[in-house]
Parts: sequence; structure tokens; C-alpha cells
Amino acid sequence: MTDKNGFFDLSRSTLTRRTALKGLAAGAGLGLAPGFVRYSQAQSSAPIKIGFQSHRTGIGAAYGRWYEKTTAAAVKAINAAGGINGRQVEVIIEDDGTDPGRGAEVVGKFATQHKTDIVFGTLFSHVVIGSAPAAGENKMPYFVVSEGHHVASTKLNRYVFQPGITDVKSQIQSMAPWIAANAGKKVTQIFPDFAFGYDHRDYLPPALKAQGGEVIAQIAIPPTESSFTKYFPQIPAETEVIYHVMVGPAVLTFVKELGEFYGSNRPQLFGFIDSLEATDINSPGLEFLDGSHFWEGSPRYAQADDSEAQKAYRAAVGIDDNGAAVGDPKDVSTAAHMFGCWETLYVVKKAMEDAGYKGPEDRAKLVEATEALTEFAEGPEHPQGPKTFNGKIHQCFGIQNISKIEGGKLKVVHKTKIEDGLYEAEGDYTTQAL
Amino acid sequence: MHFGPHLLLAALEGLVTSAVLALTALGLSLVFGVMRVVNVAHGEFFMLGAVLAWAITTAIGGHPALGFLAALVIAPLIVGAIALVAERLVLRRLNYNPEATIVATIGMLYIIQQLALTFYGPEARPVEPPFSYRILLPWFGYSGYKLSVIAASALLLTATWLVLTRTRIGLVMRATQYDSETAQAFGIPVGRVYGGVFALGAMLAAIAAVLIVPISQAHYLMGQDPLLLSFIVVIIGGLGSLRGTVVAAVLIGLSDGIISMFFSPTLAKIIATLLVAMVLVFRPQGLFGTRSR
Repeated sequence: MTDKNGFFDLSRSTLTRRTALKGLAAGAGLGLAPGFVRYSQAQSSAPIKIGFQSHRTGIGAAYGRWYEKTTAAAVKAINAAGGINGRQVEVIIEDDGTDPGRGAEVVGKFATQHKTDIVFGTLFSHVVIGSAPAAGENKMPYFVVSEGHHVASTKLNRYVFQPGITDVKSQIQSMAPWIAANAGKKVTQIFPDFAFGYDHRDYLPPALKAQGGEVIAQIAIPPTESSFTKYFPQIPAETEVIYHVMVGPAVLTFVKELGEFYGSNRPQLFGFIDSLEATDINSPGLEFLDGSHFWEGSPRYAQADDSEAQKAYRAAVGIDDNGAAVGDPKDVSTAAHMFGCWETLYVVKKAMEDAGYKGPEDRAKLVEATEALTEFAEGPEHPQGPKTFNGKIHQCFGIQNISKIEGGKLKVVHKTKIEDGLYEAEGDYTTQAL
Repeated sequence: MHFGPHLLLAALEGLVTSAVLALTALGLSLVFGVMRVVNVAHGEFFMLGAVLAWAITTAIGGHPALGFLAALVIAPLIVGAIALVAERLVLRRLNYNPEATIVATIGMLYIIQQLALTFYGPEARPVEPPFSYRILLPWFGYSGYKLSVIAASALLLTATWLVLTRTRIGLVMRATQYDSETAQAFGIPVGRVYGGVFALGAMLAAIAAVLIVPISQAHYLMGQDPLLLSFIVVIIGGLGSLRGTVVAAVLIGLSDGIISMFFSPTLAKIIATLLVAMVLVFRPQGLFGTRSR
């Protein structure tokens, strides 16, 4: 290879003293830029900084966008009502690429560079699991909105919390009786081949067994798979219910190919809406889902019995009665999960107020104050419904919705009770040192 | 399900993969064969084809077949034009230097991908198939559209082969591939041939994407898998060999379909990679390639 342009010719270096001086001056200028302004009354009026670990790119990007919208709406509401402890809240967003490695880096960046008070907002379970050690090392309270069981399993560390959305183990346990009674007893599971899918793989069989049902086959599919027909022959013919939970951009293909495979002569379908978040259920090929049932954390479509709090929340986030962005019916939200961002921020607010939180030196106090919480009442701060919180396992427990697709809409047909989803704690974070 | 129908389903799935793969890999193979440029951004041209297909079908509306046919014509043309501009602005200025063009096309990959994320968004968006006929076999149902993809791909491959072997354009391209300096000495506008070949390669990827998009939706990250598989196919088949590309695509597609159905998808990928390693060790020029001079 010839070096025509002299890239590697050091003798042609053009770095003069003048250039070097310019560079130094620019560096100094950066140091004086607005981000580095020191507040004169540091503690009292400096904003509380929340580091938002967002899935802006990668397979979680559709979720990331709606998590950001919901977070922005909640922060706006909190700030309008006077902020936290009289201080405004500022959200700093970093993209983790829906990647565990980058997730950990982002947490480190929040701790050392942005010096945020907490880190918040992660959804994908492998990113949470990958980032949790970094949060623990930096003693950085890490509030995730992930739905996975990893926080409640007490296998992470004392700095990780999930106070805004119920975990999968609890969801499954509370819905299993309905599945066995209304859909069928012989269940085939289809789930993504990573952490979140394993929660379903591990907790459905015992929950169903307790109801007299049985999981007769379990089919794991790599999360990056783009074609699914080849997996369907593994579904046993005697299957009464296909229990599906899929994530990633190919979920529509999954449903369409299932439709082509079975036609109208299909087993019952019970799915987690994760399979269709941010996707219009009236998309071509999804007619096949008509009459099937889905889990929803918070209903996508406005329901007849929606509370005032739910209506106010939907208006604040900017979604219409069909769960799409106001003004753009094609921009469907991730309604079943994103409420968790809203509720988590209000939990953080409550815990910071209880702790008399002043700054990063009070992070340990914040952890203890969060652990001391026990209940969240339904209302504007918790529009999805009432919740209990177990400070030992850092996990909240709320109601779940089972919705049926009827006439191109999801209609809630069953709501579980909080008690249905409670289980024996597997450990205790509060015994760990801070 | 019994073994027979199971195998049939696996073979059908494998053939659909092969059909799309053959078109995509052919584009990559042509660009390398003629220009000696390893186009890492090839998968992004594939993605652009799918994204444009979504945009065009959405803009046109009406019967799905109408929008689809329009997309099948317009999307590859736009992608070809973009590729041509990229070739003029970037590759030509690097004098088609093999190392520099790899780095440049990696840059193109990220630029195209991030532009798609910015303007198209992170969602996977569906395109309605031109017709939705479901073939009912005694054991399972199968999408009629998928079968038509196989047929369409076979037609397009034949057409490309005819262009390459029976027309003046093909002759000029083959001459440039064989020895670009001599070709230039004989008055062949090598620069224009390079531009045309790069655009054609991108267009083949775009057509493959338009064909596949009613099956799997348009998404800004969808270019990665086709890129990887295309490289595998091109290495096994032999760079710049049309016949080798098609044979290798069918081989990889079918083995992927059958192995992943009877064993596991991971094993299918392992075997494909192993095959590449074996070919590189024992027949570096590929199954149908000729030794480079």
C-alpha cells in the first residue's frame, strides 16, 4: 500500500505552536461551557440529576423512545409541582444500544462524568443484569423498569430497585389460574432465548402445575431470529394453548407465520403484549390474533372504567384512546410497560423526600428510604393501580390485566389481585452492606 | 409432525432463504469481482431497499399489489442512485484502494444505518404482501407469497446471468473484471463501469429486500444478517462467480433451514462458519472461483 497522501509521514506534521495554542484555548473554553457552571448555592437550587440509561438504538429502540416520552412527561409534572425537595429534576440521557456491555459503561459514565444522583429507566433484562455490578461498584442507586425477575431474585445487589413494574414471576403466578381455567391446560411455551425468556421458562411450569395444567413443550428462539416457521413443527399436536412471549423487531413476522402455519384451526393463544408492543394490532397479517388473549401491564386502549388518574396520565404522556401518539395513529406506544417509568420517578421522589436527600453523599440514605417503602396508593402518581413494595427484595407487586383482542382493540377481560402474585422472598438485600 | 412433511417444510423455508440470499450475495460478488472492493455497506443497501419499500407502499395505498409493484421498481432505482453517488463521492476518490475502501464502506454502513434510524425510526414496519394466498397442505399451511419469492428470485438470477453473458454491457463488465488496465487500453470506460457495477450490486440487494419485506418487516438493523450470510456465500462460492454464488446460496439456505429445524439454529450457523473455514483452507478461491492472477 502506498502512502500517496502522506498520512503516515511524520515529517509532514503540520502541528505548529499556533495550532497547539488554539487547541489549548478551545479546551479551556469547553471547561467554561454551560454544563460546568457551578451553582452558587450548590445544594439548595442545583437540579437533581437523573441519569436515564435509554435503549435509543439496538433492538430495544422502540421501547427506548416511549420510555423517554413517558419520563419527560413525568419530570415535567414533577417539576411543575415544585420538583423534589424544592429542587428541579434534570434528566440526562445516554444511549446503551440495548447492549449489556455498553450498559455498564453508561452507568460508569453517569457516576464519574455526569455525577448523577441516580440511574434510571432500563428495560431489557440482559442490560440490567450487565449494568447492575457497575451500579453496585459505584454505589449508584439504579432504578430499573424492566419487568424481569432478576431484581427480585436478590441475585443483583443492594443498589438495584424495581419499584414501578411487577416482575415476571409474579405476573405469571397471578395469571396462571386464569390461563388454566379459560384457555386450556396443555400449554406450549415459545420464548426468547435470553434472561427475560428464562423467567417465563422457569416460572410458568410450576405456576401452571399448581392449577392442574401442564407445560408440554418449551421452544426457545434466539432474540435475533428473523424467521420462525421452522420452529413451529416442534409444537405438539395436542397443544391447547400456545403461550408466546417474543421481543425484538421480528415479532410481527412471528405472529404472521404462526397464522400461515395454523390458519383458522389454531390452538388458543395467550401472549405477553411484549410480542406486539409499539406495533399496531391491526397490521396486515395480525387478523390471526383476533380473539386471542394478552397480558398487559397497563392497557394500551382506553377502557370504559379508566380512573381519572389513568386518563390524566394518558393525556400527559400524549397517547390517544388507541394507545398511539396523539396526532399520529401509526406511532403506537409501549403502553403496557412505559407507565413504569412514570411510577418509578414518583417512587424516587417519595424516597428522596423521606430521606431528606441533598446530594450524592446521601445515596445510602436514599437506598434505605426506598427499602422502607411498603405501599403505593392508586392515584395520579400511580395511575396503573395500587402496589405493594417489598423492601427486602426491592420489588413492587401490582395488578395485571388480561386483555382480549376484539374488533381490532384490546379489551381488558380480567384483572388479577395483588395477592395472586405474591411469593416467598428468595433472599434479602437489606442484609448487604451499603 | 412426521418426518416427510417436516423435511418438506424445512426445505421450503431453506429455499426462501436461499432465494433472497442468492440475490443479495450476487450483488456483493459482482462488486468484488469487478471492482475488487469489499463492500461492507452492502447490507445497508439491503435495508434501504426494505425501508423504501415501506415508504413507497405507504405513500401509494390502494391495493397492496399496486404499492408492492411500484416498490419493486422504484426502491432499487433509488438505492442504485444512492450507491452511484457514494461511489462517485467516496470510492473513486480513494482510487478503489482495497484497504481504504473497506474502511470507507464501514463508514457508509454507519452513516446509512443512523440516517435510517433518524428519519425512519426504530420500529419494525410491515409491508402488506401483494397477495395473501395460503397454500393448504395436508399437514400444515404455507404462505403462497413465499413460494412466489423463490420464483421471482430465480427469474431475476436468470436475467442477471443473461445480461452478464449475452449483452454488450456484460461483456464490458467481464472485460473489466478480467483485466481492468487492458480493458481501459481498449477504450472501455472503466470508471463508468465501476460506477454502474456498484449501483447494480446495491440494486440487487435492494430487490432482494423488497421481495423479503412482506415476510419480515423493514427495520433499520435488518442489514446485518444478510451481510454476514452474503460474505459466507461469496467465500464458499468463489468471488465473482455467478454460478458459485447461486450454488453456495442454495447450499447455505437449505442447510440453514434443515439443520435449524431438526437440530438448532446455532448449530446451523456453526456449520456454515466451519464450511467457510474449510473452503478457505482447502480451496481458497472458492468452489467455483478461479485462482486470481
